[in-house]
Amino acid sequence: MQHSNDFEAQLTGVLDRLYAAALHLTKNRANAEDLVSEAVTRALKNRDSLRDPASFRGWIFRILTNTFISNCRKNRNCPEIIPGDTAGDSEADFWLFDRLHQPLLLFWGANPEQEFLNNVLREDLAKALDKLPEEYRIVVLLSDVEGFSYPEIAAILDIPLGTVRSRLARARSRLQKSLWQQAIDTGFVTDPAERLRSESP
Amino acid sequence: MSDPNIINCEQALRHLFEYLDRELDGDLQAQMQHHMESCRSCFSRLEFEQTLKAHVRNTGTEHAPDSLRDRVGNLLKEFENKSQGSS
Repeated sequence: MQHSNDFEAQLTGVLDRLYAAALHLTKNRANAEDLVSEAVTRALKNRDSLRDPASFRGWIFRILTNTFISNCRKNRNCPEIIPGDTAGDSEADFWLFDRLHQPLLLFWGANPEQEFLNNVLREDLAKALDKLPEEYRIVVLLSDVEGFSYPEIAAILDIPLGTVRSRLARARSRLQKSLWQQAIDTGFVTDPAERLRSESP
Repeated sequence: MSDPNIINCEQALRHLFEYLDRELDGDLQAQMQHHMESCRSCFSRLEFEQTLKAHVRNTGTEHAPDSLRDRVGNLLKEFENKSQGSS
């Protein structure tokens, strides 16, 4: 078993990241604090299950996500059920880059993707992440925010590697679709198809 | 005959995110790198996804509030006291 001071130091070292992840998961500061506290309680009770101190980060994130998923199921407050993992790849076919290169967006200049990226705010991304169904949000969080590898994510969520890949592809596509929709809603871009419709007599 | 070690744009885009996530095996990773160095269009797409990914990563920067630090500190003390009491 790990010495308690080492354990405490490792826990303190990841607390900001755990809180940030909990905030993405619960979308609420008070609930995020409760989730982290509950996960820490579970971690302390199951401290002996951490065989290798080097794998602490994956171990504690596994506890955090499991606690979140189990609370979500228990309270039946998961707002959206995602399609099964056997869903077709058509769900992963929306990409901002393609949209930004539609001919009618050329009025933005030679580099529309740079223009878009310069104008994407942290809150736009946070909002788009919040809109993702839980299972999608979790994989984006573990991969893009926390930098876990696909095998690590598969171990944390106890799902096959192929499921990590397909969920991540769909989640990223949905995230980009949501960012595009937000850009349209705020008037930052005009969807060319929509513009053509409104300009036709 | 086409060189099996050279991948085309369609194949490159199929593996783009795995390349970005460094999840490809050595050979494919090298082929992707070679393609990206020679294809301006795919490289632009790669740069875009890379920057967007960095923006997503930045949404994970938060400071745990003092109230949470206190709660966690208390949990650690409580657990330590229990462990000492039972030993």
